[in-house]
Amino acid sequence: MKVIVITSGKGGVGKTTTSAAFASGLALRGYKTAVIDFDVGLRNLDLIMGCERRVVYDLVNVVNGEARLNQALIKDKHCENLFILPASQTRDKDALTEEGVEKVLEELQHMGFDYVVCDSPAGIERGAVMALTFADEAVVTSNPEVSSVRDSDRILGILQSKSKRARDGGEPVKEHLLITRYSPKRVDEGEMLSYKDVQELLRVPLIGVIPESESVLHASNQGTPAIHLKGTDVAEAYADVVARFLGEERPLRFVNYEKPGLIKRLFGGK
Amino acid sequence: MSFLSRLFGEKKKTAEIAKNRLSLLIAHERAGNSPAADFLPALQRELIEVISKYVAVNPDDIKVQLDKQDNMDVLEVNIVLPEQPR
Repeated sequence: MKVIVITSGKGGVGKTTTSAAFASGLALRGYKTAVIDFDVGLRNLDLIMGCERRVVYDLVNVVNGEARLNQALIKDKHCENLFILPASQTRDKDALTEEGVEKVLEELQHMGFDYVVCDSPAGIERGAVMALTFADEAVVTSNPEVSSVRDSDRILGILQSKSKRARDGGEPVKEHLLITRYSPKRVDEGEMLSYKDVQELLRVPLIGVIPESESVLHASNQGTPAIHLKGTDVAEAYADVVARFLGEERPLRFVNYEKPGLIKRLFGGK
Repeated sequence: MSFLSRLFGEKKKTAEIAKNRLSLLIAHERAGNSPAADFLPALQRELIEVISKYVAVNPDDIKVQLDKQDNMDVLEVNIVLPEQPR
């Protein structure tokens, strides 16, 4: 079993959108996958996955022994082998302990899960540290924007010092950079950092670029992970990310801006 | 960017400004947060001890600094020797 943390430092860059899409993508490939919301007190993964009305027990209940893990896991409505473990809405983020989280992960391993995706809260406090403590790999989500890039660098430092792998002195957590809300047009016009700029600054291998898109709001409105929106750039870009994660080679898409031709400019169109 | 601003010379692209600001900031913050920097004061102290055995140096004349250049960490030790009486 592999544990992957989706993290960023800064809020609002697309961690939960990415966790939902990435976990769904792994499940679509046939892997038994669990996605855990670590944002205790501000849970939202349940909404993005469309299972908010089926939440009975949560991660903190399981950690405290108030519910069994299989009572708290919610089966996803789109994918056969995907399960969601929601965060608690009423407790505060100090309710999580390292031992408790470790026990949950061990139990998931016994249940035969292939992948566990940990959706980290924003910030660098306890919740965020708990989400990355047991990670084997990390997807650092960043927007091409100054504060997000700076915070990503900070969270990389925390991965390299506070994760269990770092503390035990073993093989370091494998890091991936995911750039979201990318606008090739604005990059072309010199208004936005390019993915190459961001990668050069953070020095982490790029796992994908997700274009800025209206589809993401449509997806969250309906509680459908973005990867299921067939034919959209975002769904394809996330499918590429999952493929690369699984070791397949995929060329980067949706990163080049094509200037509209004369006809298109004259007669409009998006 | 409008036609007119193209004609009359462009302002510096803001993405470029962002990149320059970030590269300075990140290099600075990495140097400050890295555990590698923790040993610097001790290293400086011990260097002074060793060098003082052989040459009379002023503790202020030994400077130890850790810098980041591209993909390399550069440890810079600067020792100013006192002028030898001839």
